Amino acid sequence: MAKYKTEGLHCWQKAKELTKKYYQDYKESPARGGLRWEGGAWSFDAIPQALEGEVHGLSEEPYGASIAHNPELQVRYQEAAEGKWGCARDLCSYMRAYWGSVALNEYAYGGPWPHADFIFQNQICCCHSKWLQVADEIDGGTTPYFCFDVGVGPYDKIGDRQIEYVVAQLYDGIAFIERVTGRRIVEEKLIQNVYNTYRSNCYWAKTCELNQAIPAPLDEKTMFSLYVLGTLEKSNRAVADFYEKELYPEVKDRVVNKIAAVADERCRVLGDSQPPWGFLRIYRYLEQYGIVSVANLYTFSLIGWMKVDSNGLLVPYPTLEEQGITIKDRDHALRLLVEGELKGKLMWAPFYGANYKNDLVTKIAKQWRCDAAIIHLNRGCEGTAQHQMQLKIALQKMGIPAMTFEGNMADEREFDEGRVLRLIELFVTETLGLKKVPKDRKGRG
Amino acid sequence: MIVAGIDVGGKNVHVVILKDGAIAAQGAAAAGIQKAQAAERLYDEMLRKAGLTQADVGRVVATGSAGKRVAFADACIADAAADARGVNRLFPSTRTVIDVGAEEGRAIKISPDGKVLDFAINEKCAAGTGTFVEAMAIALEISVEEMSTISLKSNKSIPMNAQCAVFGESEVVSLIHQNTEKQDIAKAVHDAIAGRVASVARIVGMEKDIAVIGGMAKNEGFIDSLKKEIGMDIIVPVDPDFVGALGAAESAAKGVLEEKVAAKVVGQEIVEGG
Repeated sequence: MAKYKTEGLHCWQKAKELTKKYYQDYKESPARGGLRWEGGAWSFDAIPQALEGEVHGLSEEPYGASIAHNPELQVRYQEAAEGKWGCARDLCSYMRAYWGSVALNEYAYGGPWPHADFIFQNQICCCHSKWLQVADEIDGGTTPYFCFDVGVGPYDKIGDRQIEYVVAQLYDGIAFIERVTGRRIVEEKLIQNVYNTYRSNCYWAKTCELNQAIPAPLDEKTMFSLYVLGTLEKSNRAVADFYEKELYPEVKDRVVNKIAAVADERCRVLGDSQPPWGFLRIYRYLEQYGIVSVANLYTFSLIGWMKVDSNGLLVPYPTLEEQGITIKDRDHALRLLVEGELKGKLMWAPFYGANYKNDLVTKIAKQWRCDAAIIHLNRGCEGTAQHQMQLKIALQKMGIPAMTFEGNMADEREFDEGRVLRLIELFVTETLGLKKVPKDRKGRG
Repeated sequence: MIVAGIDVGGKNVHVVILKDGAIAAQGAAAAGIQKAQAAERLYDEMLRKAGLTQADVGRVVATGSAGKRVAFADACIADAAADARGVNRLFPSTRTVIDVGAEEGRAIKISPDGKVLDFAINEKCAAGTGTFVEAMAIALEISVEEMSTISLKSNKSIPMNAQCAVFGESEVVSLIHQNTEKQDIAKAVHDAIAGRVASVARIVGMEKDIAVIGGMAKNEGFIDSLKKEIGMDIIVPVDPDFVGALGAAESAAKGVLEEKVAAKVVGQEIVEGG
């Protein structure tokens, strides 16, 4: 008999529907008089989404991940980016997939490439600002483009000066959007979008915190399909409602009732960086040994806002309601939005040094009670692959066995599945000393 | 107790048969494309050599990159695990194993009882493997054995900067065109591989004693370069390319013992229950 009960998430279908609607709306909105804009998972979508009338964004990284999930599209788009556009294979593989999609004039969700009315992007990783600039050049080079800088320092070095610097750029951004679209940013919508952004980001962080429980209510493979909504449109009420009113209560209920993601959980591992999207089955392979991947700085804080409390623990960033804050006006909304992003998005901290990554990930390892770490040396993303070997040493020093495997989040040509499985098996059976769970006991939600 | 270990690597198959803990027979053959058949042929040949039949063997454990293709094996263990077991049997004081085979170079940190604590493997790169030496020997128009010997005569240090075997070969060709002595080129190749392998070993941290195994350990020129590169002494077994198969055989012996213990426990339960 299995160790724990397990079952699928009831809100799973809702998450899938929201994702599908997002990509459909982007495709179809012009027919309804809607506007389209391109940005990224870290764009402050609360701002363009506050335009009057219907408006939809396309978020670059999750779009790249969607392509990566489809082996046929992935290789074709990568080759198009290399062959047609001549880009190097060591660039961000999401970006290459995206460029390939534009170069082939194909939208991964059907039809020709959906041309955007404007681009609203920010710059923190090494390629974000160039990504859409080049995409637009491939697309004809006519799309109005605005990019702002959020590289003002890690979460613990944020003060009024840093916030003011970004807010000032957002005012320029608003003027730009209003000028190029001929529509105005509606203050009430902007304020509501900021409330929603807080709810999406904080409730995802709260959901991740619940995964400290044994058995873990969620496995990382499932979490990938859940955090994506926040990378698409965190300012959307439906997305915020999903996180606050559906996912979080359900996961809380799973913790109370000990409903496990993996029925025979006996080893909890920590991941790092994005997964190789075309090979998520490696997580299912791990389950054969009762291993569940429960935590990952990327999975948590790509959208989840967290903070380090006075005890040095990672905790969810408080919602505006928890802080007792009511947004007064546009300026207040912009400042709160910037403050949350700069102070709460811990994922940005490793861009400022290995010490940040080591500190945050070792905290996660302790708090989420990880027994081991499996680190994806992701050739497709220089940003998240930074400091990974130092991280391995830091984890080993605290007594957590760690292994690395090379791969690429969105370019399967750089992933040798057989070899990776051999390495994982070696690590699991030898270093961790685990044996496969008898077949009649396997199970998952 | 008779057990067997079969190591099916990228290039060669190695078989070791143990009888009551002692080596009854061991042999190697080219793996070719039909690796499973090559393994079975060699296994049968070794059994004949030892005066045994398949029915006499209590347990067979396979290992190596194609170990899972040995259908008649009772189990398959990871190559690094086999290395660890084999080295632990031969040199129990070893804490770091460096295995350089035809297609892979790896470093393994092992515990006093031969368990794998940590490992690092060169990824998607032939420049730290035996295949690279073979390619360079062809470029120099000498045998691998000769390359090993002549490199020891060189006292020059010529850096090779290429990060892959293909570009490495082009560097060797350039050196040939510059009329560089073959012995100096051979040493440059060994130095380059030693550098590559040492960088992999540094990932796990090199703790004494250090043993080097795999086909490349038979190359004295490479071993000399590696010693200089890491600045530490190295243990090289007599048959370094058989250590994986030996480890697999050790694992098979352990498996037989565990089965016997398990059978005893089950037997006791039956008695107690009855």
